[in-house]
Amino acid sequence: MLTWRSMRATVRTLRVLLTFRQVAPDHRWRCGLVPFPRSLSTGTPLRNDFFKDLEAKLAAARRKVADAAPGSAWSPLEINPNLPPERTDIVIVGGGVVGWSVAYWLKKKEGIRGGLKVVVVEKDTTYSQASSVLSAGGIRQQFSLPENIRLSLASADFLRNINEHLGVPNEDVVDLHFNHAGYMFLASHKGAHVLEENYKTQKAAGAQVSLLSPTQLQEKFPWMNTHDVALASYGLENEGWLDPWSLLNAFRRKALSMGVVQCCGEVTGFKFTSNEATTEDGERLELRRIKSVQVRMPRSLEYQPVECAVVVNAAGPFSAKVARMLGVGLGPRDTLAGIPLPVEPRKRFVYVFHCPEGPGLDTPFLIDHSGVYFRREGLGGNYIAGKSPDEGEEPDVADLHVDHQFFQDQIWPELAHRVPAFEKLKVRSAWAGYYDYNTLDQNGIVGAHPLVSNMYFATGFSGHGLQHSPAVGRAVAELILDGGFTTLDLSRLGFRRIAEREPLLESNII
Amino acid sequence: PWSSSPASPPPMHRRLLLILTQRFSDFEVLLRWKSRMKRRKLLRKNAYYSYTQGLYGVDIAAAYFVLCLKGGFRFVGHSEWFRADHKGKFNWDFLNHKDTPLEEVDMSYTIINYTGLSNLEAQRSLRTLSVRGCSEVDDWFLARLHVFQDSLEELDISHCPQITPGGLAALRNLKGLRRLDVSSLPRISTPGLVIILLEEMLPQCEVIASGYDHSLKPEEVEEERSQDHAHEGMQRVPKKR
Ligand SMILES: Cc1cc2nc3c(=O)[nH]c(=O)nc-3n(C[C@H](O)[C@H](O)[C@H](O)COP(=O)(O)OP(=O)(O)OC[C@H]3O[C@@H](n4cnc5c(N)ncnc54)[C@H](O)[C@@H]3O)c2cc1C
Repeated sequence: MLTWRSMRATVRTLRVLLTFRQVAPDHRWRCGLVPFPRSLSTGTPLRNDFFKDLEAKLAAARRKVADAAPGSAWSPLEINPNLPPERTDIVIVGGGVVGWSVAYWLKKKEGIRGGLKVVVVEKDTTYSQASSVLSAGGIRQQFSLPENIRLSLASADFLRNINEHLGVPNEDVVDLHFNHAGYMFLASHKGAHVLEENYKTQKAAGAQVSLLSPTQLQEKFPWMNTHDVALASYGLENEGWLDPWSLLNAFRRKALSMGVVQCCGEVTGFKFTSNEATTEDGERLELRRIKSVQVRMPRSLEYQPVECAVVVNAAGPFSAKVARMLGVGLGPRDTLAGIPLPVEPRKRFVYVFHCPEGPGLDTPFLIDHSGVYFRREGLGGNYIAGKSPDEGEEPDVADLHVDHQFFQDQIWPELAHRVPAFEKLKVRSAWAGYYDYNTLDQNGIVGAHPLVSNMYFATGFSGHGLQHSPAVGRAVAELILDGGFTTLDLSRLGFRRIAEREPLLESNII
Repeated sequence: PWSSSPASPPPMHRRLLLILTQRFSDFEVLLRWKSRMKRRKLLRKNAYYSYTQGLYGVDIAAAYFVLCLKGGFRFVGHSEWFRADHKGKFNWDFLNHKDTPLEEVDMSYTIINYTGLSNLEAQRSLRTLSVRGCSEVDDWFLARLHVFQDSLEELDISHCPQITPGGLAALRNLKGLRRLDVSSLPRISTPGLVIILLEEMLPQCEVIASGYDHSLKPEEVEEERSQDHAHEGMQRVPKKR
């Protein structure tokens, strides 16, 4: 490796020495020598084969020389262009929307240009299983936990000025395809007081939400059956849905333009040092510190250790697996080291259906009290719908296979009950994705792990990670670079509550 | 399907500038500086007039904001309009009408944006608003208009280059609207469909939409066709178990 590197360095110095000739020879090459083989090929047909062969050989040789000429990117040994650097400041595990947002904010906050080296490691650059691109794209302020509401407000602020944040000069402007259609939560008699309670919290945090009685609801949305609805809350502003791909790509493009290095590979382990410490109660703790991250290249057995100072775990549904590589949750039970990261993949289905008589432009992202949700998709009478299964009926997470019966049994009847026009519809397609499900309290985990001082979590968002990604990225960057939260105080979302098993519950989980 | 359709190739001088910026870093710096100055002006012009509000009240502050942006307005109960001329000069007589709210505001072809809108938010008697041809009016601006939901009757958002169908959905809150002008919005790629949907959403409202080529575009034909065949293969809901 080392010899190879030094070789490349020599090549580079050579290039520098030769730069003054860079343009001219290249030019002459093309104009002067190209006609030469052409004249060769005008030989008699008999000798054609021989010359053809020779011609091909010459062409190949010419190409090689051109490649090796100063100024070209070619180098004698083939290397993996996405090979991570040997050394960096911060490694982000997971190139989903959260990972790239953290990367962007880290670069944005770096003091001097190029002062911080950030690497994002993503195992699947097609994002075939990443939650980010398989989500429903919704953003809302209608949460019950003030932290979540503030995260959403901050994210909405970010999205509103997306081109100031993520615009790249001389490139297309970012278009998120944001639909300002709002969210609507419906409550039955049993749930009405919770909805009202949440409404107060949301108003206090500055969200623009209104409460509607069934009569008002009926008047505003004649297509809805409000028979068993006691109260509805309806977002007036900053709510709707966007195209997750556009957001992910915008973060990625900007971060790359700011000098973040992306690397295609899987994090399979860590090298760390350990220190023993004793707490005040006499409990012995093993404190770990990551020294390097092991990255395995795709389709190969090649490993590359990346030395780094800080690791951000943004591996979404699989972040617990990454944490386990550091021994999180593997210690004896009832000790801090024995508490796993409570995040697991949970499969959620989304169905696309068509109904020409369905509700129109003002269809909100509707959350029924039965747990079924739907929203409009485009303008041509298409909708998407879904529902979280009951606790005991979680589907197998081995693959992303869709259970079509689930729509027939659990979703459609509720849809048709709420919107009579949906009695007749046609399912067009469906997909499944993994929630990064926090089994303790369905909320994000943002902050460092107490036993692994240089690993920061940004995971566990359980179905609202896409919308919180802009603000969470900023918060994590603050933690790492400023040593604490400076804009939004998210300390209650830290690992402490997990260690103390004190859930911070959110009632509006879809 | 309604993503921003790429406009015709940029004019000559734009392309020339692009080439220059790609070749010479000085140009890049200059251009960046220019866009930063433009942004700063936008920020300054659309700043929240809290100082004026404290001295003269929200109504005068709103009026002052409108005039500073070279817009025009009419007070409730008055018939004459106050307007800035093309140089931005205006008559200061509006200061005599303290605590009179605004009824009509014409911000057409100004640089009002989302932040600037906060200066008008207290105007709960606003009946008419025109932001025709405003380059900074976007979907988020439209989403903010819900603050006028009890009073607004006429809205002109025509010729706004940034508005998309996703923002038009935000007009859902303006149920009192009687007249809506959505002419010549360049980012609406299926105007026929969008206008029908708007009329459906705001049944009491007259939707004005000129400046569109109503010969159906391919995607619209597609849409239409899918509507025709929509009933094929439709299924009925299974009985609830
Ligand atoms: C059906 C569905 C609907 C949803 N709807 C919404 C919604 O409406 N609104 C909302 O805000 N949120 C929604 N979500 C949730 C949202 O998608 C997630 O919370 C969010 O995308 C999490 O982002 P992430 O970057 O943490 O995870 P991911 O996007 O999953 O990214 C993690 C990445 O890490 C990579 N990775 C994992 N392990 C490793 C490793 N060892 N080495 C290298 N790379 C690794 C993975 O390949 C993956 O690309 C929904 C989710 C689903 C499944």
